[in-house]
Amino acid sequence: MTLLEFMPFIVLIPLIASGIVALLPGRNLPWLVTLLAATASAVIAAVVLPAAISEPALSYPFGNWPPPFGIEYRVDAANAFVALLVSGMAAITLLWAPKSVASEIHGRLGTFYALFLLALAGLLGITLTGDAFNVFVFLEISSLATYTLIAYGKDRRALLAAFRYLIMGTVGATFLLIGIAFLYMVTGTLNMADLAERLPELRDNNAVRAALAFIIVGMGLKLALLPLHLWLPNAYAYAPNFVTVFLAGTATKVALYVMLRFIFTVFSPDYSFVVLPLSTVLMVLAVAGMFAGSWVAMFQIHLKRMLAYSSIAQVGYMVLGVSLATATGLTAAFLHLFNHALIKTALFMAIGCVMYRTGSAKLDDLRGLGRQMPWTLTAFALAGLSIIGVPTTAGFISKWYLVLASIEAGAWWLVVLVLITSLMAVYYIWRVIEAAWFSERPAGAAPVPEAPLALLVPTWLVVALNFYFGLDTRLTVGASMAAADALLGSGAGLP
Amino acid sequence: MTWLPQLSPFTIVLIPMVGALAIALTAGSTRAGFAISWLTSAAFLVSVWGLAGPVVSGEVVEQAVWELLPGMAIAFSIEPLGMLFALLAATLWILATPYAIGYMTHGGYSSLARFFACYAIALGAAAGIAFADNLLTMFVFYEILSVSTYPLVAHDGTGKAKRGARTYLALLLLTSIGFWLPAMIWTWAATGSMTFTSGGIMAGQVDPAVGAILLILFMFGTGKAALMPFHRWLPAAMVAPTPVSALLHAVAVVKAGVFVVLKLAIYIFGLDYLKTLWSTDFVLYVATFTMLVASLIAMHQDNLKARLAYSTVSQLSYIVIGAMLATQLAAIGGGMHMLMHGFGKITLFFCAGAIYLASKKTRVSELDGLGRRMPITMAAFFIGAMCVIGLPPTGGLWSKWHLVSGAYDSGYALVLAAYLLSTLLNIAYLLPPVLRAFLKPLPAGESAGIKEAPWLCVIPLSLTALGTLVLFFLAQSGFELMAGIFSGVNG
Repeated sequence: MTLLEFMPFIVLIPLIASGIVALLPGRNLPWLVTLLAATASAVIAAVVLPAAISEPALSYPFGNWPPPFGIEYRVDAANAFVALLVSGMAAITLLWAPKSVASEIHGRLGTFYALFLLALAGLLGITLTGDAFNVFVFLEISSLATYTLIAYGKDRRALLAAFRYLIMGTVGATFLLIGIAFLYMVTGTLNMADLAERLPELRDNNAVRAALAFIIVGMGLKLALLPLHLWLPNAYAYAPNFVTVFLAGTATKVALYVMLRFIFTVFSPDYSFVVLPLSTVLMVLAVAGMFAGSWVAMFQIHLKRMLAYSSIAQVGYMVLGVSLATATGLTAAFLHLFNHALIKTALFMAIGCVMYRTGSAKLDDLRGLGRQMPWTLTAFALAGLSIIGVPTTAGFISKWYLVLASIEAGAWWLVVLVLITSLMAVYYIWRVIEAAWFSERPAGAAPVPEAPLALLVPTWLVVALNFYFGLDTRLTVGASMAAADALLGSGAGLP
Repeated sequence: MTWLPQLSPFTIVLIPMVGALAIALTAGSTRAGFAISWLTSAAFLVSVWGLAGPVVSGEVVEQAVWELLPGMAIAFSIEPLGMLFALLAATLWILATPYAIGYMTHGGYSSLARFFACYAIALGAAAGIAFADNLLTMFVFYEILSVSTYPLVAHDGTGKAKRGARTYLALLLLTSIGFWLPAMIWTWAATGSMTFTSGGIMAGQVDPAVGAILLILFMFGTGKAALMPFHRWLPAAMVAPTPVSALLHAVAVVKAGVFVVLKLAIYIFGLDYLKTLWSTDFVLYVATFTMLVASLIAMHQDNLKARLAYSTVSQLSYIVIGAMLATQLAAIGGGMHMLMHGFGKITLFFCAGAIYLASKKTRVSELDGLGRRMPITMAAFFIGAMCVIGLPPTGGLWSKWHLVSGAYDSGYALVLAAYLLSTLLNIAYLLPPVLRAFLKPLPAGESAGIKEAPWLCVIPLSLTALGTLVLFFLAQSGFELMAGIFSGVNG
């Protein structure tokens, strides 16, 4: 029996562990068990990915009920890649967690980490399952856990942010459920592969069209695609830093994956892009998100909000890749999905380090901090290079593919737009650097020591990954291409 | 020079980078920082000259460092033009090191570790540009050069310095990311190559209509070449301490700009293909316009450094014109002017800084009679000015000679006339400071005793002035080195 056969345990380990962690006393033990669980998931996901790339989809029938009757876990390159990202980022952010959580959350941590594991298990479940209704179930598991996690924030505004997210997230999930219900109504099946086989006969069915629209809007909400992004800035800004770091790298990515899975696998692109003006709609929304997100980020004085708006812009890049509906475009989307997780995690970690020492994420309180916390702010600057897309960083690789995809599609103006928004990123990153190094510390500000190693080491680890994946692109580009192929059905023709 | 060590290009690029790291770590000890600066610039000089031998003899020095994506790599290869640029930067760096040490200590500046570390990084980046084998590598180092010089421009930390530095960085990044980067990607998409190749990579691959647009994107994207209207960063950078203006904004940064222009013209577009593009003439006339207008502006600058800055803008356009004339002679002339103007202009800036240190004077109108108090400095200024104007017995004569002959050969009468007119303008704005210093009496109340700047500053400026004279006799070997570009021996 190899590790490969433990594939379902990627989801089951965090799910089961959450029950155990909830009962554990104290503060360190729950963290340790959580870390072990997330690491175990990540290790299995790392073993599964190469297999999923080289072989056709791996399938696991739950309770030995053969699909399409039972629930099936179905893993190909696309979701194996996302699963590795989610579980890997969970493990890395957990390394960063203890100090940061200690400064923000008091009392025993069993519940907190149990919720975290639930959120993680939910995200991984959404990723791996081959059953449409199961997607909804896991989506609710992860969402409910996430709302609670956000509400843990020290700032009282975290409650409002969590409530807002709850409302909008529930609307999104309901849309998804309605969409799935329509599909079930006309086909009588919930298995995605089975749906994909049956839907072509129902091309002209209005319920199917409505289902597609509902699912895309529902996932657009979870993805924070403009104009459905309103929940995101406050949720990210006021959640505990550790939660923000984790969500920024994973939650929206999984939502994008679900959207892609439905558009490409369940409905197939020659349906999705034909019955709805999906290409145009997604492209317009993506570009609007890129600009609006970057524009607002340029004027934020709260740095976590700034990064949150930047995330909205980055979601725009990913969706832009999707909207081109080509293999290169999808590759770019998957690349940026992965790379942006690394970039944004590093940036939020650096800001988390600053908050750990100064208790503030305001731009003004960062003035002159470059000399007092050089390692933290250098990490921020380097991760900033990656979000701008400077060569030798991961961000460059994803932008390169995005631009290449635009050129291949003959959309020159998209190249221009991507570059303009990159320049906007230069501006909002530069503001921070200028404040940190070229401004004087405000009079009366207490001297601040450098962040503790427990925070710095994981932060720099993610920064190093940003450069590693900017230089060694075999894993990311290879997996992204395989993921795009898997979604397109091994390079099938596109409209 | 076979007795010198021959290091790989990437190692040479890393020498200043490692030196910068070491300097940054000595933040507490100024003396140790100076020692490492000396050591780094000396090691850099030796290693760059060590490569000169093989390159002159026609050997191909290549090194692939890392492949990012298939066909897209960080790689180096050295051809004569890049060798010349690297030699220029390395030679002037070792002269600028004592000057910078003298200037910064006597001027009472702080944060010296940051200053010298960034100084070294900038030189490493210049070497990276010089040795780059493809557009991507060049772009990476081009951006490192922009960013690493920002702290140097903003060094004073005053509001004015920060505003200047912001203009500086904003314009350089805007042009490079806004124009250069898309042009690079477009080139890659159209030709499937980014490697500098003899004769260019575009001929037969890219439609001239597209090539013309690419040329415009590339030329204006090379903000460091200071074509109008993207020249404002150079005067803005003059808020920097003078050693920065001298080595970086008269040599490393701006020469990197025109080097990129020459390199693009020769190795990406190819001179023959360049002739077929309509936009070549357009860029040519923009450069001509820049050359004349910048000269006219320079005449009206009373601030000495601002005058020199606009003079640089004007002289850079000489070289851009040389590239756009698309003849071998003019391109070689452009390459030589890179060298000659480098020596001449660094001398002038060294002098401006020395004058400021010794007498706190920054304006041309304050220079009356200064030749009596600072005879060495003002004599060096005179020689530097002659070199920039292109008068014998300085090396400037030869580079302008080839540029003008190139214009004559290619039949651009208007450009020929502009060259001659601009030379007259050069005389009109560079000689008045000299004439004031030597012919006018000192203002009342100033003693006539000799008061030169510290010797750490005077010796370098004397040496660079001497260098312009030596180049008058050595110009032929520079010409032969670059003639190798077209004879097929190299590259």
